[in-house]
Amino acid sequence: MAKLTAGIACSHVPAIGAALDNGKSGDDYWKPVFAGFDFSKLWIAAQKPDVVFLVYNDHATAFSLDLIPTFAIGCASTFQPADEGWGARPVPVVEGAPELAAHIAQSVIENDFDLTIVNRMDVDHGLTVPLSLMFGQPQAWPCKVIPFAVNVVQYPPPSGRRCYMLGKAIRKAIESFPDDLNVQVWGTGGMSHQLQGPRAGLINREWDNRFLDRIVNDADDLSKTPHIEYVREAGSEGIELVMWLIMRGAMDDEVQQIHRFYHVPASNTAVGHLILKNKETA
Amino acid sequence: MEEKPYAHLPGTVIFDAEQSRKGYHLNQFCMSLLKAPNRERFLADEHTYLDEWPMTQDQKQAVMARDYNRMIALGGNIYFLAKIFSTDGKSFQYAAALMTGMSQEDYAKMMLDGGRKPEGKHG
Repeated sequence: MAKLTAGIACSHVPAIGAALDNGKSGDDYWKPVFAGFDFSKLWIAAQKPDVVFLVYNDHATAFSLDLIPTFAIGCASTFQPADEGWGARPVPVVEGAPELAAHIAQSVIENDFDLTIVNRMDVDHGLTVPLSLMFGQPQAWPCKVIPFAVNVVQYPPPSGRRCYMLGKAIRKAIESFPDDLNVQVWGTGGMSHQLQGPRAGLINREWDNRFLDRIVNDADDLSKTPHIEYVREAGSEGIELVMWLIMRGAMDDEVQQIHRFYHVPASNTAVGHLILKNKETA
Repeated sequence: MEEKPYAHLPGTVIFDAEQSRKGYHLNQFCMSLLKAPNRERFLADEHTYLDEWPMTQDQKQAVMARDYNRMIALGGNIYFLAKIFSTDGKSFQYAAALMTGMSQEDYAKMMLDGGRKPEGKHG
């Protein structure tokens, strides 16, 4: 049977991808960001996940205002890195896991979460930057990826509670798949940042660190945080953090924290990163 | 109708269904700039290109003035508006600094110093 072995949280700032693609990862500005993932790269090389269920958001790339799905699961066999207005990132094509994705879609929809099924979609920095941070610059990504896009662009995004409960349904779906697969779930985006208006540049180190504490040890209660708190304290784009709760919901109630990293700034944003394992598999 | 809980956040417009409806054509124009030939045509003659879209005069003027705060007030969303400053070869940090009224240098320094406090002040 497939087994969910680990959960990873990770920011997905586009400038991180640009720094890596343009050979600037050793610059003084970027070095501390990438250093936060040195451990993670070694760790994941030993873990060898077969499939990553990757929760992210599209940034007006695959989805315009014509279609705004709240939850969309990528069921294709490949996903091309998107041209976001300055040419596609020079990263490998993302290979999907269509059979597992279709199984998850069926199971989760039957458990009352109405997903949108996507059979063709380009993937933007929201998906490829976390892959780069965790795997570096390989010729091919070392695992298959199920892209799971969440609307956090047009308000309101799904509630934190809804995301957390969806994570539980995804866990159940993954672990009812008959193939022996090592599956990880990643929640991406955040942490505090605001990219628009006179309050652009907002960072809330205290709030972010409390979020990092609570998503490990107090996630059920954290999931009840109302949207207004995210936008007030973590900025209009900081509300992306609800996506981390899908990852957390998929994990056991009690988890072991393997790694934690926090850094300000990456361009306009606070970078946060966690690796969590279920205690029984630790 | 009850007042939105996010109506009075300092320096922040929340892109909700009402803003999205106002900004539909503005944002869809931005999406068109994801294609390189459209970027070239827009830069060659902005006026003619914008007239192909059923946007308001205010929206078109805000685009030509690169007044991002005004575009946001008129229904633009920052992830869509990013296609305009990307077409201009400008970064997110350039645009963010512009919207705050700071120089890019001062803005970058503010970020290195830990960013702006949620109340809207920095330092």
